[in-house]
Parts: sequence; C-alpha cells; structure tokens
Amino acid sequence: MRNTSLNKVHELARRDSRVVFIGSDLGVGTLKAMKAEMPERFFMEGVAEQNVVGMAAGMAMDGLIPYVNTIAPFITRRCYEQVAVDVCVHNLPVRLIANGGGVVYAPLGPTHLAIEDFAILRALPNMAVVAVSDAEEMKRLMDVSLDWPGPLYIRLAKGGDPVISQPTDDFRIGRAILRRPPGRVLMVATGATTERCLRAAEILAAGGVESGVLHMHTIKPLDVGALLSLVPGRDLLVTVEEHLLAGGLGSAVLETLVDAGVSLPKVVRLGIPDAFTREYGSQETMFETFGLTAGQIAERVRTAL
Amino acid sequence: MRQDSPIRQAARQAEARPLDNRSKHLRRLVVEGLLGGGRGHIGSSMSPIEILRVLYDEVMRFDPANPKWPDRDRFILSKGHGCLAQYALLADKAFIGRETLATFCKRESILGGHPEAGKVPGVEASTGALGHGLSIGLGMALAARIQQRPSRVFVVMGDGEINEGSVWEAAMSAGKHKLGNLVAIVDYNKIQSYAFTDEVQPLDPLPEKWAAFGFDAIEVDGHDVEALSALFRGLRYDGDRPTAIIAHTVKGRGVPFAEHQPSWHHKNKFTDDEVRAIAAALEDA
Repeated sequence: MRNTSLNKVHELARRDSRVVFIGSDLGVGTLKAMKAEMPERFFMEGVAEQNVVGMAAGMAMDGLIPYVNTIAPFITRRCYEQVAVDVCVHNLPVRLIANGGGVVYAPLGPTHLAIEDFAILRALPNMAVVAVSDAEEMKRLMDVSLDWPGPLYIRLAKGGDPVISQPTDDFRIGRAILRRPPGRVLMVATGATTERCLRAAEILAAGGVESGVLHMHTIKPLDVGALLSLVPGRDLLVTVEEHLLAGGLGSAVLETLVDAGVSLPKVVRLGIPDAFTREYGSQETMFETFGLTAGQIAERVRTAL
Repeated sequence: MRQDSPIRQAARQAEARPLDNRSKHLRRLVVEGLLGGGRGHIGSSMSPIEILRVLYDEVMRFDPANPKWPDRDRFILSKGHGCLAQYALLADKAFIGRETLATFCKRESILGGHPEAGKVPGVEASTGALGHGLSIGLGMALAARIQQRPSRVFVVMGDGEINEGSVWEAAMSAGKHKLGNLVAIVDYNKIQSYAFTDEVQPLDPLPEKWAAFGFDAIEVDGHDVEALSALFRGLRYDGDRPTAIIAHTVKGRGVPFAEHQPSWHHKNKFTDDEVRAIAAALEDA
C-alpha cells in the first residue's frame, strides 16, 4: 500500500507540476525514480518533522501541492502544532501520508503506533482524515487527492492487505461505501477493519444473522447521509476501528447520529481500550488482544443481539 | 567571561542616539494600535521597527494594490506577537488604512494580537506560535526556486523564539538547500517574556551558531538605519548560502522607561499615566 501510494505521488507529479514530495528520513531508495526524474521536486529533509510540515505549508502557500510522508506517530504527534497552525489554520492542500497507521508496527512498541491519530486529526478544523482498506483503493484515493482543496491525512495500512475494494466503487473522499447491505446489524468500519467486518458478516450469516458493512474510509468529513439512511431500523450498530475508543470512528459516528437526532439502536463500539499497548507480536496478534479479529467481532455481535 | 562583539558594544553605545522623525512616526503608529486595543506587546513591537522600516522602505519589492503579486518578496514576522510593528508599516505603506490601527484586538478587527494571513493584506502567514516562520519561509524560498520566481524571503524571529528546536531544524534544511534567497533576521533585544535571555536560555555565541548551520551570519545594530540599509543592499540574494542577520536591538526602544525592561514585554492594560508618558516619550525621543 505504501509503495502504491508513493508511486502514485510520482505519477501525480508527472501529471501536475504543482506536486512535490517531502520525506523525513525514509528507507533506502524511496521514490528513487521520482528523485532521478525530477530532483527539484523531491525532498528528503531528515528526522525533523516540525520543519518538514512547516516547509510543506510554506510551499503550499505559494501554490505547490506537497505530499509529505513519514511514520504515522511522527507525522501527527511530533508536529501537531505545525499541522494545526501552518497547515489547518491556513487551510492548505498539504497531504500527510502516514506509514503504519494503527498497530501495524506492533513489534516496535508504543512509540511507533498511531492509535490516536483519528482523534487528534479530526479535531482540527479543515482537516480530512482517510483510511483506505487496500492498495487498489489507495490508487483511487490518490487520484482524487490531487484536487482535494484542503489538508488531507492519509493513514496507510500494513501492506499486502486483501483487496476488497472494487473498480466500480466511484471512490470519493467523504462518501462511505456500502460493502454489504445491512440486516438486523450494521457494522461501520474503516481501514483494515472493514475486511475483518466482511469476514465477520460471513460468519454471522452462516448462523442466520444478516449484517451489513459500511466502509467509512473517510473519518472526516464523515458521510452523514449514509449513516442517516442506513442506521434507522437496525437492531444493532457496531463500530470497529484500529484506534483508541476515545475520539475515533465510533465517537464520530455517535456524535453525528446524536446531533442529527436519530434514535439510536443498541450500539457496540469495538477498538482499543484506554491504555498504551504492553505487548509486541504483529498487527494480527494485537487485533486478537483487542478483540478485533473477524471471529471475535462476530462473537461480540452475537452476544450483543 | 564572554567577550562582546564590537558591533554589540557599538550598538549599546549608540542607544543614546535620538530616533529620527520617521522612526518616531512609525512608533507613534504602534502606539495608536496599543492604545486602541488597550493592550499589546509593546517592548517586542518597538525593538524591530528599524529592521522593518528599512525592509519596507528600501529593500523589499511589493505592491500594496496587489498584495498577492506572485513575484513579490515575502515577509514573515515569525515573532507574531510583535505584530504592531508590522501593522505600523502596513498602514504606512497603505496595505491597510491608518484608522484600522485603532481597532487592534477589537471583536471585528482584522488586526489581532498576532497577525493572520487572509485577514490582513500583506501578511503572508499566520504566526504567533513561535518557531514556525523559518520553516514556512524555507518552503516559500524553495517554491520560488521551483517556480523560477525572483522572490526573496525575509523572516524576522525573536530571540526567545529561537529557543524552539524547530528553528534549528529549518536552519539545517536552509543551509543544505543553499538558499541565497532566504534571509533570517533575529531581533536580538536580549529579553524574553520571563527575564533576560541570558538568564532564561543563553543564546551566545549567536552568529557562530547560525554560521555553523550554513548561513552567512552578520551582526548589525538593529536600530541603525544606515547600517541596516547598507547591509541589505550588500546582500547578493542569489548566492549559495542563506543569510542570518543578528540585529542587536533594545526592547521597548523609543519609550525610555520601557527600554531593557522585561516587565514591558507585554501589557494587557495601560494606566492613564502610562499612556501620557508613552505619548510624551515619542514626542521627545
């Protein structure tokens, strides 16, 4: 997914002379072809995320479209004030591409996990927050990213994620995609959890429970219309996210429904509890710890019904 | 015991030199804002007046009737709390009306306690959170290079501001990119909010620090109009090193009882006596 995203930056840069790439201190050979082809629009600025984001803002103030890339916690926590003030206050078309969203970097410990990124970024006015499910969907996001008028945060998943998106999706930032029509249950998921929910829905269907899956790839601006049309009439609404329960997708969905005056069905929010992680392993084993595997999601749904 | 540089010593000796009429006029514009708003960073706005005066009068290319002219030079007041100095120059150059100064910090005013891009014509970036302006200026200088524009970028920072690590991140990048079109200016008035910089976070040797980051570092008496003018005229702007100007200034310059006084960094109200004293000082300065 990361290579797909970065190669797309190169492709966009060929298409549009406003596009520049800024990395911090990425892996050997990152976007080598772009660097060779257009060195004046390729920047690798070192382990200095505050400067990278401020510099991107300065470029965007003068009409460029910077795609900035580094590891998720460092492009969010480390330079939060630059993201808030330089990028969001000025409402600039800076794109933040965050490697290893959620618990992708499980073996590296809590310094390298981004489990509050949705919360802190969606709190910023003007910011859009997107977590696609697979590399094919990433291509579609990158294509539409060029014309997105304001700041955009792109959370990358692990890579090699099963492809569940469709060429016919008509992908648009801010418009959720209904992956499976709802029955008594509607699951709302984002990023890597959408695929888990689809498998959970299969398990539930085998037991006679029809569950829909709404892929909310854009956490902000949230697709209010999709929620208002799909939530009423369900017995159970489940939100599933690779993120702390505080302030993420589940919070955003509930805020939206409450503000719209919708009478809520029973709600279950699945995600990471209010604690920093204490184990290593892999993204998948951490999903297991937090009850986010397909089987566990299905079980939580059955219990709640 | 630290040896003061000759320029720093000379700047100190020159403090008794009276301000000329134009410098007094610009300070009176600052006071129109201060009194209109009933508050403001008076010390921080008085120290960079001559720096801004020379930049706006003699150095920078801009068009008040077309503030977004692409080839203009960019000016960023990274120490946004000194915004009354910039507002004074923007009023003087007719980017904004002089009467606007009196609306400083009022509810519907375009002039807040920190300058905002998109509200105030001639303000390039919203600043106030310290340590952001040099990175933004770096991005603008790189954009000028990519877009093959002749624009130069001038960033004025406070001395307390450069405690921020982000400033030095930006400095490293500017040196690496050999941005001759970028000029970083430190308004070195030796006082930050709490106390003297030497007490809170000593900065010296400052020119050496900037030079080590790849800048041509130059010291100047930041109130000496002729020296500033000669310095800016002498820069190439198309060389392969960015410039750092360490401008030795006096906090509160022009208001004698505020000069060198940490307590005059910011005031959120003025007594009638203080208002009268400030006005009188600028008549006699």
